[in-house]
Amino acid sequence: MASETITAEEYISHHLTNLTYGQHHDGSWGFAHSAQEAADMGFWAINVDTFGFSLFLGVLFMFVFRLVAKSPTTGVPGGLQNMVEMVVEFVDDNVKSMFHHKNNLIAPLGLTIFVWVLLMNIMDLIPIDFLPEAGKALGIHFLKVVPSTDVNITMGMALSIFALVVYYSIKQKGIGGFAAELSLHPFGKWGLPVNLFLEVVNLLAKPISLGLRLFGNLYAGEMIFILIALLPFWAQWALSVPWAIFHILIIVLQAFIFMVLTIVYLAMAHDEH
Amino acid sequence: MNINATLLGQVISFAIFVWFCLKFVWPPLIAAMEERKAKIADGLDAADRAMRDLELAQNKATDRLKEAKQDAAVIIDEAKKRASQIVEESKDKAREEGERLITAAQAEIEQEANRAREQLRSQVVVLALAGAEKVLERSVDDETNRALVEQLAAQL
Repeated sequence: MASETITAEEYISHHLTNLTYGQHHDGSWGFAHSAQEAADMGFWAINVDTFGFSLFLGVLFMFVFRLVAKSPTTGVPGGLQNMVEMVVEFVDDNVKSMFHHKNNLIAPLGLTIFVWVLLMNIMDLIPIDFLPEAGKALGIHFLKVVPSTDVNITMGMALSIFALVVYYSIKQKGIGGFAAELSLHPFGKWGLPVNLFLEVVNLLAKPISLGLRLFGNLYAGEMIFILIALLPFWAQWALSVPWAIFHILIIVLQAFIFMVLTIVYLAMAHDEH
Repeated sequence: MNINATLLGQVISFAIFVWFCLKFVWPPLIAAMEERKAKIADGLDAADRAMRDLELAQNKATDRLKEAKQDAAVIIDEAKKRASQIVEESKDKAREEGERLITAAQAEIEQEANRAREQLRSQVVVLALAGAEKVLERSVDDETNRALVEQLAAQL
């Protein structure tokens, strides 16, 4: 429990509020001081905490991998290179087994997604009050540390992948081919409106389910950690330890699923029907 | 939980990270891994080849050994034959030599014996004569006596 003076409800909503920077009602720019204020800022506001951590983790990932990639030994690899190569090989194997076209973008894309999402998810294992309390000491009143519990982050990635799916569909099959794919299945040309409706729903469901699945899983996990944190301090470990151990599975699994679905969607975009 | 510009930020940073990974992370890592794979394959190949070479060399060595053993057996046989031949030869030679020596010795002995007999005979004559002279104290007929004694000596 953060402090005795706030209620459980306040504690929870505090943990679920982003540190948002945007334009206030009165026209001035600054951080929002409540969830309502953040919502009122509209689209042109930015969640500094989740986006900041997301960027930080992405840079960390690139830095570590670049460190190894700069001078990789072809002899016996050391510890860090071993780890990096293990991840790279894992992603490469997955891509090779699911994606049978020639495209140099897919494997690095899969690697970026897997490692970045994994790192974002791992933030969930940092005890729930550590960073927010530290932030409070520094004068930051809201701090959400797990980027993948922010729907903007997950949907940002999902929509990027959606854009790639559309791009490669058109590139591989031409606009006509893509349109035919959307309109001539599954009922032939006489059922065109129905086909179009079904296929468009099908197409749109991909990025939405992709983004919301990751968001939902991590948000729920985070929520349970928050609820566990409401227990008396001497009882918390009994629940938080098993949940954290179980959560390790979810963290890796969700990163893996995100990567695999990306590869599968892009493979489908390349396939001729 | 508002949709806001964070989404765009994430899209942009995602694009940048993917680009960076595509340009600077993935190719060198994969290249290194492929190179190592090739190296390992080469190493295994070389090991196989060495194994085969070793087998060949071992076969050759056993063949050589067998040959050498055969050669050695032949040589030993010959040597044995030759040795027994030499032994026989030397035995023969020794026997011959012995026989020769024995004959020579026998001849010498005979010679010596004859000589001794001659000497003895002549001395016996003198002794007998002297003895007879002493017995008779006087010589009856020197000539008859001598003839008698010589007859005696010849009988010895």
